[in-house]
Amino acid sequence: MLSRRKFMQTGAAIAASSVALPAFAAGSKIKIGYVSPQSGPLSAFAQADTYVIENFVKKAAEEGFDIEVIVKDSQSNPNRAAEVARELIVRDEVHLICVASTPETTNPVCTIAEAEEIPVISSVAPWQPWFIGQQGNPADPASWQPFDYVHHFFWGLEDNVGVFMNMWAQIDSNKNVGALWPNDGDGNAWASEVGMPPALAAAGYNLTDPGRFQNLTDDFSAQINAFKQNNCDIMVGIPIPPDFTTFWTQAKQQGYNPKMVSVAKALLFPESVAALGDLGHNLTCEVWWSPNHPYKSSLTGQSCADLAGEFQDYAKRQWTMPLGFVHALFEVALDAIKRASDPTDGDEMAELIGATKLDTAVGLIQWGRDNVPPFAQPNISKTPLVGGQWRRQDDGSFDLVIVENGLAPEIPLTGTLETLS
Amino acid sequence: MIWVDTIVQGVLLGGLYALFAAGLSLVFGIMRLVNLAHGDLIVLAAFVILTMAGALGLHPFVAVLIAAPVMFAVGWLLQTYVLNRVLGDDILPPLLVTFGLSVVIQNGLLEGFSADSQKLSAGPIEAASIKLGPIAVGVMPLLTLVSAIVVIFALNQLFYRTKLGRAFRATSDDAVTAGLMGIRPRNVFAIATGIAMVVATIAALYLGIRANFDPTIGPARLIYAFQAVIIGGLGSLWGTLAGGIVIGVAQGLGAAINPEWQILAGHIAFVLVLLIRPRGLFPRAND
Repeated sequence: MLSRRKFMQTGAAIAASSVALPAFAAGSKIKIGYVSPQSGPLSAFAQADTYVIENFVKKAAEEGFDIEVIVKDSQSNPNRAAEVARELIVRDEVHLICVASTPETTNPVCTIAEAEEIPVISSVAPWQPWFIGQQGNPADPASWQPFDYVHHFFWGLEDNVGVFMNMWAQIDSNKNVGALWPNDGDGNAWASEVGMPPALAAAGYNLTDPGRFQNLTDDFSAQINAFKQNNCDIMVGIPIPPDFTTFWTQAKQQGYNPKMVSVAKALLFPESVAALGDLGHNLTCEVWWSPNHPYKSSLTGQSCADLAGEFQDYAKRQWTMPLGFVHALFEVALDAIKRASDPTDGDEMAELIGATKLDTAVGLIQWGRDNVPPFAQPNISKTPLVGGQWRRQDDGSFDLVIVENGLAPEIPLTGTLETLS
Repeated sequence: MIWVDTIVQGVLLGGLYALFAAGLSLVFGIMRLVNLAHGDLIVLAAFVILTMAGALGLHPFVAVLIAAPVMFAVGWLLQTYVLNRVLGDDILPPLLVTFGLSVVIQNGLLEGFSADSQKLSAGPIEAASIKLGPIAVGVMPLLTLVSAIVVIFALNQLFYRTKLGRAFRATSDDAVTAGLMGIRPRNVFAIATGIAMVVATIAALYLGIRANFDPTIGPARLIYAFQAVIIGGLGSLWGTLAGGIVIGVAQGLGAAINPEWQILAGHIAFVLVLLIRPRGLFPRAND
C-alpha cells in the first residue's frame, strides 16, 4: 500500500528532480520508432532492415548513445501503418520516427506524426506522392502547406522521366514509345500532365498509351497489339512485377521486339529480374543506389561497396537498393541526435533535422535546396538518380550496370547501354 | 485481324481460368463447400513445384509429377482433419475455416519463402509461339488450354465412368442416403479434395510459368475462378471451362476497347450471364 506520507515524498522527489535536472540527462535512453513494410506484397523493400538497425544500434552505443529502436511492421497496409505509428507515439513514447518504403507506408505515418508533433525522417517514396499525397486537397496547388515535423529524402518523378529519356537519347530509334501504365497511384502520376507525356512531346517522341489497366491483369494482348501496330521501338512502364512478367512473356510469344525497355518499379529487385530468366537480359530501370555510388556512410565510414558487401555476407543475398536509403535514414537520425541539446525534445529535433547537411551513403542530404519547387523545399531533399541495365551473368544471376548518369555525373558509369535487338 | 487475335488470346486465357476453377468446381459440386483458400492452395502448390524443381534440379513439368501426389496428400489430410469436422447443415463454419486457412497459408509461405517474387522457369518454351496465319499463338498458353480440356475431360470420365465417380455423385445428391448404401461421405470428401488439389497443382504449374507469384497473390486469382464456376453452372465441369473462356474473351475484348475495361468487362459478362441464366450456362441438377 502506498501511504500518504510515502506518496507525498515521492511526489516531492519527482517535482524536485524535474526542476533540478537538465531536460536531457546524458546517457538516458532515446527511443526511435521505425516503420516499414516487413510483410505483405511490399516486403521486398524491407529486406535490409534487420541488418541496418542492428548495425546502427551497435554504432550508436560505441559513440556513447543509448538508443533503442522499436521496429514496427506496416504489413504493406496503409491503415496498419497509421495504427503502428499511433502505437509508437502513444504507447512506446518514441522521440523520433524513421519510416521507409512506398507512399503506402510513409504517408500515413507522417500524417499521424505531424499531427502529434513527433519528428519523422522518411524516405523511399518519390517526393510527389509523398508531399502532394499528404495535402488536404491534392488537386489544388495553392492550398498546399509545408510540414513542420516531417522530412523526406528521395528523388521525384521528373528525375525518373529524365533518366529514362536520357537513356533513349543514347540509342538510335524511331522515337515511338509504348506505355504500360497501370491504374494505380504510380501509373496515373506517370500518365498525367506532370508525368511523362509532356516531356515526351517536347523531345519529339510519339506516345502510344493504350490506357490504364488493372493490376494483376492476366492478358496484355491489347497493349502488345497496339505497340506492334505503332511500331514502338521503346517500351516504358511502371507495372508491378507479376504484370511485367506476364506482359513481357506474352510480348515475346506474340513477336513484339522493342529495342529498349525501361521499366520502373517492377525491376528494382534482383529476384524479380532473375525470375524472368533469359528474358531479363538488358532490361533497363531507374537506380537510386548501388555499390558503385561514390558515397561514404557518415555512420560507419564505409563506402557503398563495403556496405553492400557486408550486407551480402550478413544476409546471404544480393544487395538491394533500399539498403543505402534505410542506412541513410539512421545516419540522419544520429546526426541530429548528436547536434541536439535534448534529443527527446520533438520541436528541437524537427528543427535540427531540417537543418541537416550531411554526406551520407546516398549522397548529400540537405533540406531547403532549390532543386525542388519552393513549396516543397522545407520538407524534401532530393537524392541523385541514374539509369541501370540488368545484365545476365553466366551463372544465371543478374548484375545491375549503370549506363546513364546525366542527372548525377558524379556517379560513375559501369558500362554502356545496349539495345535489345 | 486484330479482333480474331483478341478472341484467340481470350480463349487461351480462358484455359488458365478454367484450370483455376476446376478444383473449386469439383469441391463445390460434391460437398457444397466454398473453398476461399483455393487461390492460396494454388500458390502453395506453386511453391511445392518450385521447391521440387530447385532441390532436384528438375524441369517444372517433371517436378509437377512429384508435387501432384504431395498436394493430393495435403488435400486429403486437410479434408479429413480440418474441413470434415466443420461440414454440416450450416454453410458458415466451413466458409470461415477456409477463410482462416487462407490467412494461415499466406503467412506460413511468407515465413518459409519470404516475400520474394518467384517464377517457375520452363526455359525457351516460355517465349515460343506457333504461327497460325497472321496470329502468333504462344506455346505455353496453348498448352494451358489443352491441359484444361484434358483435365476436365479426365474429371468427367472419373465422374461418369467409375465407381468412385458414382460415389461422388451419390454423395453430392444425398449424403445420408449414400451413407445407407455403404458409402462413407467423409472418405469421399477427402478423396475429392485430394483430386481438387491435384488439379490446383496443374493450375499452379501454368500460373507459375506465366507470371510471378508470391505468397500473397492467391486471393486475387480466386475471383475469376469463382466467376467461371458460376457462369458455367454449379457442378458442371464443361460449364466451368466455358465459364473460364467467357471471362477470358470478355476481358480480351474489353482490353481491346480500352485496357481500363479489361477486368470490368469480365465482371460485366458475369453479371449478364447471371441476369439471363441465373443458374449458369450448364447447371447440372436442380439444387
